[in-house]
Amino acid sequence: MNLHFDVEGGEFISAGVASSKVKKVLKQLAIKPEIIRKISVAMYEAEINMVIHAHGGVIDAEIMPDHVHVVLKDEGPGIENIELAMKAGYSTASRLAREMGFGAGMGLANMKRYADILQIESEPGKGTTVEITVKLYPEQA
Amino acid sequence: MTINDVQKILNATVVTQSTYENNSVQSGFVGDLLSVVMGKAKEQCAWITIQGHINIIAVGTLINVACIIVTEDFKVDEDAISKANEEGIVIMTTHLSSYESAALLSKNGLE
Ligand SMILES: Nc1ncnc2c1ncn2[C@@H]1O[C@H](COP(=O)(O)OP(=O)(O)OP(=O)(O)O)[C@@H](O)[C@H]1O
Ligand SMILES: [Mg+2]
Repeated sequence: MNLHFDVEGGEFISAGVASSKVKKVLKQLAIKPEIIRKISVAMYEAEINMVIHAHGGVIDAEIMPDHVHVVLKDEGPGIENIELAMKAGYSTASRLAREMGFGAGMGLANMKRYADILQIESEPGKGTTVEITVKLYPEQA
Repeated sequence: MTINDVQKILNATVVTQSTYENNSVQSGFVGDLLSVVMGKAKEQCAWITIQGHINIIAVGTLINVACIIVTEDFKVDEDAISKANEEGIVIMTTHLSSYESAALLSKNGLE
């Protein structure tokens, strides 16, 4: 099953729509709660980053029999130093974003922790693509 | 402990409409930074925070919290309340601080 979402930039309010939708689909498929949590948290963190650090973007989620693959693509400012950005606590979040409780600098760390495979490609000035893969039945791998 | 117990212990005001009385609360978590909460809070926890905006509902549903307790009499936004009603999330507010709320729940046996 393929799901496509357009995410608007600066829309703190509706951010999370894509991850909630994917979560609901996985719930209907009776996937284990801890697996659903891995996918939805990793995806929500990436979705929020598109909103607060870039000007939105597009999300494509592919739900396969044994894994979920989510591609989040934006044409925002890009990430200069991915290694630095991955460090827990590193954040360039705006004041407004911080007032809303974002900006702990833990988003990428959470993605890394919850995704089975995490790929980040970014080019300053061009944009960022985040790919998250989570296995649905890791015990059978 | 149930959500009902939590409400009574804190003498908190429930601002959402979903039914909840017997839903069980298994742990507590205090946090205002959403990524920290998503990284650390457990399922079925009572999440204690001063954040009252709509993003707490997204976070609360993603990690399946039992209820959200907004402390220090911080206002819960209208859109957050209607979203919580849609998602079946319970939000309560209290004038107590996050520390006092956690301490009270702990004293009454919540781990
Ligand atoms: N899509 C993106 N476009 C541009 N920069 C990004 C993007 N995603 C992350 N970054 C950069 O990487 C930093 C770290 O991201 P991370 O998600 O870990 O923390 P945060 O978003 O700042 O705070 P938190 O996620 O804890 O609310 C960001 O502050 C930002 O500088
Ligand atoms: Mg982030």
